[in-house]
Amino acid sequence: MEETRKIRVLIAKPGLDSHDRGAKVVARALRDAGMEVIYTGLRQTPEQIAETALQEDVDVIGLSILSGAHKTLFPRIMKLLKKQGLTDVMVFAGGIIPEEDVTEMKKLGIKEIFGPGTTTEQIIHYVTDNLPKRD
Amino acid sequence: MFDKRKIDEVSKERIRWEQTSLPNWIKQSSERKEEFRNTSNILIKRLYTPEDVKALDYLHDMGFPGEFPFLRGVHATMYRGRFWTMRQFSGFGTAAQTNKRFKYLLKEGETGLSIAFDYPTIMGYDSDHPMGKGEVGICGVAISSLRDMEVLLDGIPLDKVTTSMTINGPAAMLLAMYVAVGDEHRVSREKLGGTTQNDNLKEYFAQKLCIYPPKPSLKLTTDIIEYSTRHLPRWNPISISGYHIREAGANAVQELAFTIYDGISYVESTLQRGLKVDDFAQRLSFFFASHNDFFEELAKFRAARRLWAKLMKERFHAKNPRSMWMRMHVQTSGCTLTAQQPLNNITRTTIQAFAAVLGGTQSLHTNSFDEALALPSENAVRVALRTQQIIAHESGATNTIDPLAGSYYVEALTNEMEEKAMEYIQKVDDMGGAIVAIEKGFFQKEIADSSYKYQREIEEKTRTIVGVNDYQITKDKYPIELLRVDPQVEKEQVANLNSLRKTRNNKKAEETLDKLERSAEKDENLMPAIIEAVKAYASLGEICIVLRKVYGEYKELIVI
Repeated sequence: MEETRKIRVLIAKPGLDSHDRGAKVVARALRDAGMEVIYTGLRQTPEQIAETALQEDVDVIGLSILSGAHKTLFPRIMKLLKKQGLTDVMVFAGGIIPEEDVTEMKKLGIKEIFGPGTTTEQIIHYVTDNLPKRD
Repeated sequence: MFDKRKIDEVSKERIRWEQTSLPNWIKQSSERKEEFRNTSNILIKRLYTPEDVKALDYLHDMGFPGEFPFLRGVHATMYRGRFWTMRQFSGFGTAAQTNKRFKYLLKEGETGLSIAFDYPTIMGYDSDHPMGKGEVGICGVAISSLRDMEVLLDGIPLDKVTTSMTINGPAAMLLAMYVAVGDEHRVSREKLGGTTQNDNLKEYFAQKLCIYPPKPSLKLTTDIIEYSTRHLPRWNPISISGYHIREAGANAVQELAFTIYDGISYVESTLQRGLKVDDFAQRLSFFFASHNDFFEELAKFRAARRLWAKLMKERFHAKNPRSMWMRMHVQTSGCTLTAQQPLNNITRTTIQAFAAVLGGTQSLHTNSFDEALALPSENAVRVALRTQQIIAHESGATNTIDPLAGSYYVEALTNEMEEKAMEYIQKVDDMGGAIVAIEKGFFQKEIADSSYKYQREIEEKTRTIVGVNDYQITKDKYPIELLRVDPQVEKEQVANLNSLRKTRNNKKAEETLDKLERSAEKDENLMPAIIEAVKAYASLGEICIVLRKVYGEYKELIVI
């Protein structure tokens, strides 16, 4: 089947930090690559992120965090997504996430962590190559 | 600076050189690019000659250090008298932990303190607020009440050390706590020296840590300026900040222009309080970033000083030369640090710091090489501070004032940065001022566009970042000594708050909060009521709740 629907991506910033430069650049690059991008702004609670993902029927969620609170917030977000039945949504993350936390974050179901220096090209490819086909 | 006949000769000779000598060289080895531009998109010429500075009038446009237009520096002796203040931004965990780091830094030769607060504090939440879960003490120190501030400043001589506090939305509350601790240490308020960042306007388009809508935030900023002018003569009530504008993605000219525009707005709002420009302008301070392009940066610092001096003189009719001086703090640019081959960041930081020194800064923070990966480790912080000490003591750059002045390139670029910044200032004036520009998303859009452009240049490899898009290595693992903040910090903070609420005089705390609310409704200067509230151990969160009630909360204008 031909894919007629644009890939829908939620770019979300959990936590209190306000470093949105990366999130905005990624949002714009994914949009320029033809995806439908929803960016909800700073300081989204895990509840708000899960709710937006559900309402907007997204295929992908990109989480951006640079405050160091990922170990507290990512598990809550992943738990809420599961609770909402959003298990087929692909989640990736970026920001300042130390190498030694990556395995732990991936165990939660986060597919990929993109650190500093990642190109938007790499993220676009990752999304298009790894997105499970929807009905 | 040159007579017309000489300039004509130079022009003639330059044309000859371009037509006869240069083509042969270019034929042998062509230039690396069609055209060369800096981050501000200014076209950089192959060669600068006296022609490029022929309109420069030394006495009018450059002058002498310590005098208008301050291009050559704000002090007559500059670093021959005293080096800049080496001020490393730090803070993490509990007040007690940060107090220990402060004492370590002072012992290592640091000459001023700079407090980093954690996100809950910055957003005006107590450590037990649900929004702050997982964030307490992580990116800075958690300060929820005067009790924490007492611990933070324990044993620090407040009459000798100056303290910079990176705080905006709740700046009034943190300053009030500092004043209260000063009172407890019996240091007279005339002797308290330091800076509150207190630049709320840039929050709406750069740092984006906003609590209240722009207008009440501008009111709070102005309250501090007014209060300090009257009661804290050694305090810098504001640090008008380009740093965050730059880090959010602006180029150097945008950083310069938007920062100065914020400065203009604060002068205007303070004048409306009935103060005279010469009463307060000399205490306004500035804060810029120093990015990778060495000449663009140092030209920016020089242009900033001259532009501000002219504005203060011509637009605001200041009479006291000190009202026209721009004193600045500079921080090397965090967003230029790479996670790849992190030791390279030491070199980047050195170049950036050197530009700041040659640009005549009064105070400097050098970033640590591991900051693209995590909070800086003690070893990395030491290297960063040593970088400043090497520039100060070993480089020789501090022996004379403004050593790059008179360079055709530096003076031409300084002029061009200033002109381009003036164009933006005119544009924002026409728009109706900073708040209108914020509400229209003008600054936000300008910054987002520049940031996207910069990223495209890296991805398209028209801009080389060593170790990132060129000169990569496959085995790129640097053993980073991770500074982890113990999750116990959050528990400790919450327990401290619970104990505070049990042991303080709650009735008195509530009374001061009611008084603050009435004062806010009457639109009075809130500093006295806030000082009273913190002294009654009302918490930061409680004070901010009162003001959130009166002013409402800011809802972000999203501009991608």
